[in-house]
Amino acid sequence: MKPFKKRRRGGITATFEAGEAHLLASLSGQVVELLRDRNGADESTADPLATQLGMGGPSLPPEDPVLRRLLPDAYRDDAEDSGEFRRFTERSLTSAKVANAEALIGSLVDGGLAFGVPADADQQPIEVELDPAQVQAWLRALTDVRLSLAVRLGIEDDDDIMLIAQSEDEAIAAMSEIYDWLGYVQETLIAALD
Amino acid sequence: MDGMTTPTPVEIAEPDVDEIVELEDPWVTIVWNDPVNLMSYVAYVFRNYFGYTEEKAHQLMLAVHHEGKAVVSSGSREQMERHVQAMHEYGLWATLERQDA
Repeated sequence: MKPFKKRRRGGITATFEAGEAHLLASLSGQVVELLRDRNGADESTADPLATQLGMGGPSLPPEDPVLRRLLPDAYRDDAEDSGEFRRFTERSLTSAKVANAEALIGSLVDGGLAFGVPADADQQPIEVELDPAQVQAWLRALTDVRLSLAVRLGIEDDDDIMLIAQSEDEAIAAMSEIYDWLGYVQETLIAALD
Repeated sequence: MDGMTTPTPVEIAEPDVDEIVELEDPWVTIVWNDPVNLMSYVAYVFRNYFGYTEEKAHQLMLAVHHEGKAVVSSGSREQMERHVQAMHEYGLWATLERQDA
C-alpha cells in the first residue's frame, strides 16, 4: 500500500495492492451483512414514514457481541432509556454505517477493484481518490471494521493487543496483522487530512 | 433569540425559559476509553464534530485515554442524544447521563 496523501487539488489518494483492496472490501462487506441481518430484513415491509423518522426499530440490544459494539447502548445502567433510544435511532445508525461501508467498497471499485477475478491473476494496484464525503465514510467504515475485528479477537484492553500479536494460533496471528494494518491505513488517512 | 416574540417589559425581568431548562437540566455526553480507536482519530472526531480547538480536542482525548472517560459536551438531553448517536456513527463508545447522576 502507498499511504494516503493529499493531492495539491485537495483530493486524498492512496494505492492498494489488489489483495489489500479485496481484503478491505471483503471486511467491509461482512460489516454490511452483519448490520443487514440485524436491521435490514424488515425494511421493505416497514411503514416508510416510520422508517424515515427512525421509529419502530428494535429496543433490545443485539446479542451478537460485534453488533453490540457497533450499536451500543446510549445510557449506561439504564435498560429502559437505552431501549427507548435504540427504538428511535438504531435503524438510522445502521443505515449510516451500511452507507459508509458501501462508500468504501464503491471507491475501491472506482479504483479498479474487480470481483470474481482469480486470486492468482495479475491484478493492477487499486488507486483510490477520496472527496471530503468519501473521507468521512472511510474514517467511519475503517473504524467499524477495526471494532468488529477487535471483538472477534477478544481485544478488551491495550495488553490484549500485544498478547494477540504473539499468539501461536496462526489464524489469530494473521487476523492480528490485518487489525494492525487497518490501523495503519486509518492513521495515514488522518495524517493526510492535516 | 426569537425575534417574533412580544418584547418583555423592561421592569419585569422575565428569565429566558430555555436558559433555565439548560441550567437546571444539564445532561452530559461521556466518551469512554476503548483499546481500538486510535488516539489521533479520537482527537480528530472531537475537533471535527464538536469544533473544538486542536488543544482542547487533544486534552479531551488524553482524558479519555488516561482516566477511562471524559465529559465531552453538556446541554439539553436532546442535544446530548444527538451527540451520542453521532459518536456511535464514528465508532466511539459514548453515553449520556444527567450531570452528577
